[in-house]
Amino acid sequence: MATLETSSSSTLKLPDALPLDSGQTLENVEIAYETYGEMAADKSNIVLIFHALTMDQYVASPHPITGKPGWWSESVGPGKTIDTDRFHVICANVIGGCMGSTGPSSMDAQGQPYAMRFPVITIRDMVRAQVALLDHLGIGTLHAVIGGSMGGMLALSLAANYPERAARVIGIATTARHSAQNIAFHEVGRQAIMADPNWRKGEYYADGISPDAGLAVARMAAHITYLSEAGLTEKFGRRLQDRKAISFGFDADFQIESYLRHQGISFTSRFDANSYLYITRAMDYFDLAEEHGGRLADAFAGARARFCLISFDTDWLYPTAETRNVVHALNAAAAPVSFVELSAPYGHDSFLLDVPALDGVIKGFLE
Amino acid sequence: MNALPANLRSDLAAIVQHVPRGARVLDIGCGDGTLMAALRDNRDVDARGMEISPEKVQLCVAKGLSAIQGDANRDLEYYPDGSFDVAILSQTLQTAEHPDKMLDELLRIGRDAFVSFPNFAYWRMRFSLLFHGRMPITRHLPVSWYETENIHQLTIADFYALLDYKGVKIERSWFFTHDREIGPTYANWRAEYAVFQLSR
Repeated sequence: MATLETSSSSTLKLPDALPLDSGQTLENVEIAYETYGEMAADKSNIVLIFHALTMDQYVASPHPITGKPGWWSESVGPGKTIDTDRFHVICANVIGGCMGSTGPSSMDAQGQPYAMRFPVITIRDMVRAQVALLDHLGIGTLHAVIGGSMGGMLALSLAANYPERAARVIGIATTARHSAQNIAFHEVGRQAIMADPNWRKGEYYADGISPDAGLAVARMAAHITYLSEAGLTEKFGRRLQDRKAISFGFDADFQIESYLRHQGISFTSRFDANSYLYITRAMDYFDLAEEHGGRLADAFAGARARFCLISFDTDWLYPTAETRNVVHALNAAAAPVSFVELSAPYGHDSFLLDVPALDGVIKGFLE
Repeated sequence: MNALPANLRSDLAAIVQHVPRGARVLDIGCGDGTLMAALRDNRDVDARGMEISPEKVQLCVAKGLSAIQGDANRDLEYYPDGSFDVAILSQTLQTAEHPDKMLDELLRIGRDAFVSFPNFAYWRMRFSLLFHGRMPITRHLPVSWYETENIHQLTIADFYALLDYKGVKIERSWFFTHDREIGPTYANWRAEYAVFQLSR
């Protein structure tokens, strides 16, 4: 039936207030999500995809703001690696985000944007919200959860905190805790946003003059961490941008400068600066072992899923050693786990790019 | 019991036939998962594998098997004591950096262990070395000395000595030549390779 790729956009308003790890609660939570493919009558074919920091629910359908194809449309669709002729795929915008789920740009009970009055949330809070979505949809155990980068953290968090909700867990280019280096890069991004005079302690929604310069710098710094040095050299080298010689000035002489500026500026058209603050904070707070008494294996003590962890040899943001920590913990918890380090030249972003071996592993594991 | 795959190597077939039904098994150096798949399909075994080659791990995952990419010289320490009923080291001992320590790890992780290895004292090896004076190249050891992964060649007699030194108990043993099982008489001369079932 579902040979045409059709996606469906929905927004759920959670019936109950969402308890948060901070001790606060969030009222009137809305979760925006996309679905692809037909749901089996017995709901046995459902794959939940968790998106990464700056992605959203438009996993395989055109982005409503940029018009670009979904961020994982290479791998999700009819006949593709995650075959929507077979699986019913759900991807929801995380809370704290800015594409329809409740976040700092949403209205509070007084009809004002939350801005910095939005409570600080955690990865587990994001998972809790999506479990509430599954409850609403009447979905018990997922065929699989899949996530890369931050999405992988959500997948691991779901496996640890809601072990009965997924039969298979795939984590790609991810980690069980943010390292000092990870936190450091995020702090640079946050400080860039907060140093922008337009940020105004987050109260920029009324006049629409947002801290784009700060957010663009944050994006530029982060983007460097998503790529490998070899990948940057191959793609840009020291090549100049539309000029024959250096300008002895501070224009974007080099292609890499022009590329990063473009990445930064285009990001501001689709992402909210306060959401960037909140989501990066959630990632920095993520330490799955600490949540479970300090020993990562204990986080997976009740795990019932099969696990598949994948890392990339050129990823220095979440290097293979971090994935190995997760694998060793799963081994210690006697959970069935597969792990492979794939070779790909693109660094952390390899999980979004064309790596045939990645598709092979995911496809095999989903069987 | 189901028929084993016709092309299953004799040492693997011997292992499959003697792993207890439903056991939890760790296959160290699991390759493309041939043994794990046979164990799963014939003995209802919960098998996990470790393999150093990412391509081979991918083949395992594609078969629905659980395999992790890892180096048996380093990564076995992360498995808790007695976490498996059976630990298997098939045609891997002679590639280990420290075969004696790997044997210890095997019997720490598994209550029982299966070890198979090529016998360097097989008569053709001895004759080849005696008459040609060069490291033998055979069907089972087809690679030149400078390319081989087999950095710790051993004989059946060597293995007995190591087991004796370690105080390891032999539960069963099997010897093979030309992919057929042979008796234990003069096995160190006659066997191309051997399989041992061990326990502490």
